[in-house]
Amino acid sequence: MFSLDHKVIGIQYLITGFLFLLFGFALMTLMRWQLAYPLQPIPFVGNLFGPERAPGGIMLPEFYNQLGAMHGTVMVFLATVPIIVGGFGNFLVPLQIGAPDMAFPKLNMLSYWSFVVGGIVMLVSFFVPGGAAQSGWTSYPPLADIMPIGQTIWLFGMVFLITSSLLGAINFIVTIVQLRTPGMTWMRLPYFVWAQFVSAFLLLLAFPPLEVAAILQLMDRIAGTSFFLPSGLVVSGQIVTGLTGQAAGRLASGGGNPLLWQHLFWFLGHPEVYVLILPAMGIVAEIIANNTRRPLWGYRAMVSSAVFIGFMSLIVWAHHMYITGMGTTLAAFFQTTTMIISIPSVIILTSLFVSLWGASIRFTTPMLFALAFLPMFGIGGLTGLPLGLAGSDTQLHDTYYVIAHFHYVVAPGTIFAMFAGVYYWYPKATGRQMNTVLGTIHFWGSFVCMNLIFMPMFLQGLGGMNRRLYDGGLQYLHNAEFLKWHIPISMAAWTLGLFQIPFLLNFFGSIKWGTAVGQNPWNATTLEWSAPSPARHGNFERPPVVRRPAYEYSVPGAPRDFTPQDAD
Amino acid sequence: MQIPYVVDTRPDTGLYNGKLGVWLFLASEVMLFGGLFSAYVLLRMGAPVWPRHALNVPMAAMNTAVLIASSMTMVMAWASLKMRQWTRARGYLAATLFFGAIFLVVKFFEYSEHLRAGENPAHSMFFAIYYTLTGVHMLHLIAGMLAIAYFLGPGARMMRQAPEQFTNRIEAVGLYWHFVDLIWIFLFPTLYLV
Repeated sequence: MFSLDHKVIGIQYLITGFLFLLFGFALMTLMRWQLAYPLQPIPFVGNLFGPERAPGGIMLPEFYNQLGAMHGTVMVFLATVPIIVGGFGNFLVPLQIGAPDMAFPKLNMLSYWSFVVGGIVMLVSFFVPGGAAQSGWTSYPPLADIMPIGQTIWLFGMVFLITSSLLGAINFIVTIVQLRTPGMTWMRLPYFVWAQFVSAFLLLLAFPPLEVAAILQLMDRIAGTSFFLPSGLVVSGQIVTGLTGQAAGRLASGGGNPLLWQHLFWFLGHPEVYVLILPAMGIVAEIIANNTRRPLWGYRAMVSSAVFIGFMSLIVWAHHMYITGMGTTLAAFFQTTTMIISIPSVIILTSLFVSLWGASIRFTTPMLFALAFLPMFGIGGLTGLPLGLAGSDTQLHDTYYVIAHFHYVVAPGTIFAMFAGVYYWYPKATGRQMNTVLGTIHFWGSFVCMNLIFMPMFLQGLGGMNRRLYDGGLQYLHNAEFLKWHIPISMAAWTLGLFQIPFLLNFFGSIKWGTAVGQNPWNATTLEWSAPSPARHGNFERPPVVRRPAYEYSVPGAPRDFTPQDAD
Repeated sequence: MQIPYVVDTRPDTGLYNGKLGVWLFLASEVMLFGGLFSAYVLLRMGAPVWPRHALNVPMAAMNTAVLIASSMTMVMAWASLKMRQWTRARGYLAATLFFGAIFLVVKFFEYSEHLRAGENPAHSMFFAIYYTLTGVHMLHLIAGMLAIAYFLGPGARMMRQAPEQFTNRIEAVGLYWHFVDLIWIFLFPTLYLV
């Protein structure tokens, strides 16, 4: 439970994260019922939610909003980041750089438990009067300022999650800078380590402004300030007053500024997107190099692209705010930086595609997921370009097009990379292989369902369907012909859930029944495969000495088609 | 395998792990206070009027002097440890703690004076940002005092068992302490003078 070993903490992160992933998915299945069959009672579980959430099993709009806000929060802060950074990062980074552990094992344990506490706080918020936060995962004021107590609890939960990420980020950077084994120079690092390194810097520098935003919103909600409440704010025909009975945002001091929240939030929010995608690219790069049996094409270009993405991602945030009225000068700046940041992403994706060129590919289960990642992330990324331009964003903002766009990046993108990583490194963690047949079923089922879910959403969004309507937009005529698409999308979403059953069976069953394998079943070159499977506390007997770059596959004249980094 | 560079420095970076960790933590703290100061600028730019000279400058000036003095005693504590002068080091650490406490007492009088006059956080935007900025700073100061108290109390055993590591830890706490001091150097003119 309270282990200090980075591998144990990594697996704890991974399993907790996958539980939250399932929970976030469950929230979404309820929403999908409401969208496909609005105002009809939820089958089977409808009566469990009680009259204040779903009287007679029919979902109330407030409950739908809670599900939406918490689906986003859980998926981003409690599932994806903990799995891909906390889970894979913790497990792999020390092994791949030849270190015995993370630099600060106790801090590592602390950040895991801080994450768990934050997660529990978030879950508890469903059971307080008024329910969980319902202002979206972005918690925009002034709405969030005047919502029930669940929003306050959301903010406290975020403080724990931010603390967890900050401690983790410090730990990753120190580990990578200080604990690289002799011979492990920067240009010999596996690409996954580079991706984690850049992500850690983003977490370190981008999260504090969100903490500032959370502090200010807490002051608004608890101490009666009006940082985010403009003066004379009218809600439902009444002027909003603060705790003390004074009109919020009194003129004497100047009214508050709701845009301030958006700036602070998206200063984190956008780098967070790259925290989600960079380690995913890292995982995919490792698996592609291994299964094409060739060095990564353009390793140096990929590394500099990742670093460049890191810098640029800190100055693109306001492309989420084009329609807030912030002005065309700012919009011009931010759409320029947004177009620039797409270049390094394309360089990385292109390098990965070129790595496949002419190779004799091994279609293992992890490779299937890694291969699917490329076009899925490509679709997600390219459909983001119209959103990055102020003109077309005015049309598309807050429609289902946006939902389709970012889900293509994180769902068949990042989550596929996570699955690929689980199949690939499972033998390292357990000493056993996962089943290929179940893995193939899991892959094809997920791949088809993901596209059935998100592809029609592009059309719905182009038709102008707003993403925040709890009945999917029944009362609007302009997208009436797209309403029926909600039904096949929901069917596909529920089927996607069914296709995760083979994965769960495979994951837990293979601990016992999986084929036992040696320490390097994939014939890979990076250092984690030079440690025993499973590696014991301390990882290596003595520090491995690195003699060559990370991906020496098919070197002419070498005895085998792979040469480990620490081979003589 | 043991974790390397816990105490001694890595040749190519010239750092031990803890020192790099603290510097990175301070980088994130810069972003935290940077965000708060940016919020201050934005809110003040948008305000039709902004109160001036609403705060007690002599008290804050005194607190500034107190914090600068505490930073000096903090350095002296580390220097004494480098020379392995235990008793002097403890004295300097205690003095740092004492100066920190004086700061809190002065701040307490300042706060209660304003609160008596009805100038609470909900009073106006100026006092809202005043309490937020100084409050977050004060929390940092209290955290630093807790760390120093730990090294004077239960953490002091390490002083004789692993002197080099203990000295490193005091250096790390000192870096943080100077940073908190530095934040006040920015807060003082921002809130009290301009």
